[in-house]
Amino acid sequence: MTTYDASFRVWRGDTAGGGLKDFTVEVNDGEVVLDIIHRLQATQAPDLAVRWNCKAGKCGSCSAEINGRPRLMCMTRMSVFSRDEVITVTPLRAFPVVRDLVTDVSFNYEKAREIPSFVPPPGVAPGDYRMRQEDVDRPQEFRKCIECFLCQDTCHVVRDHEENKAAFAGPRFLMRIAELDMHPLDAAEEAGLDRKRTAQDEHGLGYCNITKCCTEVCPEQIKITDNALIPLKERAVDRKYDPLVWLGNKIGRRRP
Amino acid sequence: MTQAERQQWDVVVVGAGGAGLRAAIEAREQGARTAVICKSLFGKAHTVMAEGGIAASMGNANPGDNWQVHFRDTMRGGKFLNQWRMAELHAREAPDRVWELETWGALFDRTKDGRISQRNFGGHEYPRLAHVGDRTGLELIRTLQQKIVSLQQEDKERFGDYEARLKVFQECTVTRVLKDDGRVSGAFCYERESGRFFVLEAPSVILATGGIGKSFKVTSNSWEYTGDGHALALLAGAPLVNMEFVQFHPTGMVWPPSVKGILVTESVRGDGGVLRNSDGKRFMFDYIPDVFREKYAETEEEGDRWYEDPDNNRRPPELLPRDEVARAINSEVKAGRGSPHGGVFLDVSTRMPAEVIRRRLPSMYHQFKELADVDITAEPMEVGPTCHYVMGGVAVESDTAAAVGVPGLYAAGEVAGGMHGSNRLGGNSLSDLLVFGRRAGLSAAQYAAGLGAARPAVADAQVAAAAEEALRPFAAHGAAAGGRPENPYTLHQELQQTMNDLVGIIRREEEMKQALRTLGELRVRTRGAGVEGHRQFNPGWHLALDLRNMLLVSECVARAALERTESRGGHTREDYPDMERDWRRVNLLCRLADPDADEGQIALERTNTEPIRPDLLALFDKEELVKYLAEEELYE
Repeated sequence: MTTYDASFRVWRGDTAGGGLKDFTVEVNDGEVVLDIIHRLQATQAPDLAVRWNCKAGKCGSCSAEINGRPRLMCMTRMSVFSRDEVITVTPLRAFPVVRDLVTDVSFNYEKAREIPSFVPPPGVAPGDYRMRQEDVDRPQEFRKCIECFLCQDTCHVVRDHEENKAAFAGPRFLMRIAELDMHPLDAAEEAGLDRKRTAQDEHGLGYCNITKCCTEVCPEQIKITDNALIPLKERAVDRKYDPLVWLGNKIGRRRP
Repeated sequence: MTQAERQQWDVVVVGAGGAGLRAAIEAREQGARTAVICKSLFGKAHTVMAEGGIAASMGNANPGDNWQVHFRDTMRGGKFLNQWRMAELHAREAPDRVWELETWGALFDRTKDGRISQRNFGGHEYPRLAHVGDRTGLELIRTLQQKIVSLQQEDKERFGDYEARLKVFQECTVTRVLKDDGRVSGAFCYERESGRFFVLEAPSVILATGGIGKSFKVTSNSWEYTGDGHALALLAGAPLVNMEFVQFHPTGMVWPPSVKGILVTESVRGDGGVLRNSDGKRFMFDYIPDVFREKYAETEEEGDRWYEDPDNNRRPPELLPRDEVARAINSEVKAGRGSPHGGVFLDVSTRMPAEVIRRRLPSMYHQFKELADVDITAEPMEVGPTCHYVMGGVAVESDTAAAVGVPGLYAAGEVAGGMHGSNRLGGNSLSDLLVFGRRAGLSAAQYAAGLGAARPAVADAQVAAAAEEALRPFAAHGAAAGGRPENPYTLHQELQQTMNDLVGIIRREEEMKQALRTLGELRVRTRGAGVEGHRQFNPGWHLALDLRNMLLVSECVARAALERTESRGGHTREDYPDMERDWRRVNLLCRLADPDADEGQIALERTNTEPIRPDLLALFDKEELVKYLAEEELYE
């Protein structure tokens, strides 16, 4: 087992402001960034604020920006950095800081509430739901989402544009609409709810110009843009003209 | 005098995992104004880490399955120590609880004819686990979370406020259950973000806080698992039961050290993975205990045939209950037949095509690739036991989930004891959460409604005492100006090492006595645990407060384990290696004796369990019962 000292720069501060603080800290074989943050807590900075839970890439709590890139700290191995590299850890930029690496992510919970829920099919008793695996494969991909909010953080529609937040649900919640829209038994349409239209009119689907930043940072490797957002745009196109979909069809990227 | 804001609710649910959310849904649907309070963000609870599935005898994969078979398997898995009425209710109600999830939007993997697919798991006679790949817990949490959002949307429509009847206080912690004249009157809480104190006044409090794994060094449990609900119950005067039974999951990662303990799902074995030692031998065939001998294959050939033809072959011993497999791995490593990093080999790479592995076990593939540079489609994994689950918990009434002796207090899920006896079967946890979460929510709402206006009150003095207790770590830091305050992180590490080394998978009298002495010393030192900084989102402070709970719970485990002079399920004594029929009827209750005594805070009480109802006993062959029940029980 080998051990070395790494140079870390960690943002410390609160709503009143703050800055990067330098640390030299021990690193052992196989460790991840979250291990190092924990070592800082235990040895140098006991009140260093950080969110974490499972430390196994399953809960999506320990989101932060490592050398400027949105990542889960528990799934970022120290071996991806060279030993002399300075590793900078900062809080998610798109959300207001609470303290140190902890941000106020309530934006996401507000958006979650604005998405109309699953509408169960009338007249189908519990236990009588029948769905084919081929038909649940697509929405199941989106349900792999661990709500780490890295996609919400990186999306350029809101990352540096606070003013867009009111009108834009963000990739995670547009994907949620796509998921419900693809659910084989969702009865929204029968109940008079047009999910595609609401995606466009109420949740800001039109703001997305498919740059795929969300897909790139997704730790679950969900193809958010290709499999959720673009199909949702295509489905919405009947009701509303969207130049990107038009262009996509024109150059043969995707067939509707 | 500390000011603490007060709010009034009908039901307060502590914890937002599967049991807490299911309880909250039920309480709210019963008309109770319900508050959920959880240490993490909404939707992050430890339940998300459950991988394999939800056990429910829907009979989709094998029509021979029914609740009686599930009940039998559960009792066998728990070595007949289970609170049998809970095991019965659980087996009867689990299918309805799973089907109900579909009406809330859950998307399980399907059978060819479109029903919910069910997979094999250790100790279950038929394929019984409803699943979504190997991320079933995430699906469960998300479905319940989204159901809660849908109820909040209804309330928004009706009252103009999402939180009119159901509110989630996320990133908040309860440090005391408050009481008035013996009855529950509310909960004292702090908000992590601000450090602000507040009181939720409510006649019903449901504990749904999960387990205690963070008291052990090698564990699959998440940060939250500090035994909060167990400790809150003890401090409120409720007893804990079966605390000596701690499940060590046989397959946790062992390398690299920073991921040691992370779970490797039992589905790996359910889907065909095999365990081998350093000689390449499938050693589990050497470890089939007498009580299970007729039910498991004796040759590799038979075991392999079982996957395709379960009606004419017996299952491979890799699918024995978890306690058996964990002990076997422990023995192999001890005998010098372990893997390079002190585990054994778990192999799927030679058993299934790479593409099938990636489809059926996607998170395992991802986890090993990302964290250990191991490609499980091409090479075996190294695995070893990891502290996974506590069977013990708050002693409850089976039908209502009411805590014994404290009106208004309820417990559901891992924090409740009894259901799983001495060892839980895989898949029975998620179903437990749903069945008893719902029952707790129902009872708590009915109890609150039944009180009318005659509600217990929260006395100012109790609030002041709770506030003072919560602020003690800051005072300790100041008081220690001359000397050095104890570092809570150091105390925690020492506690974890103590429990791991001295009250772990194999137990000895001398070691447990040593553990109790060390716990006493740690308790004294913890009084001097000091924290720097202020109250806003201060993890050092949070840990200092959690230490009280971990120390209480650890003492319960050690004391009960020392007392029980037999080996059964998740309690293995090297000095008493046999299961004793006379111990089967005995429950050890842990109660708070003297909260300030240096030697120990916990008193044990022996009680006898209620005899198993005759129609349930009749589900077993006499020859099998003879192995578990004492003579006089058989002829009663």
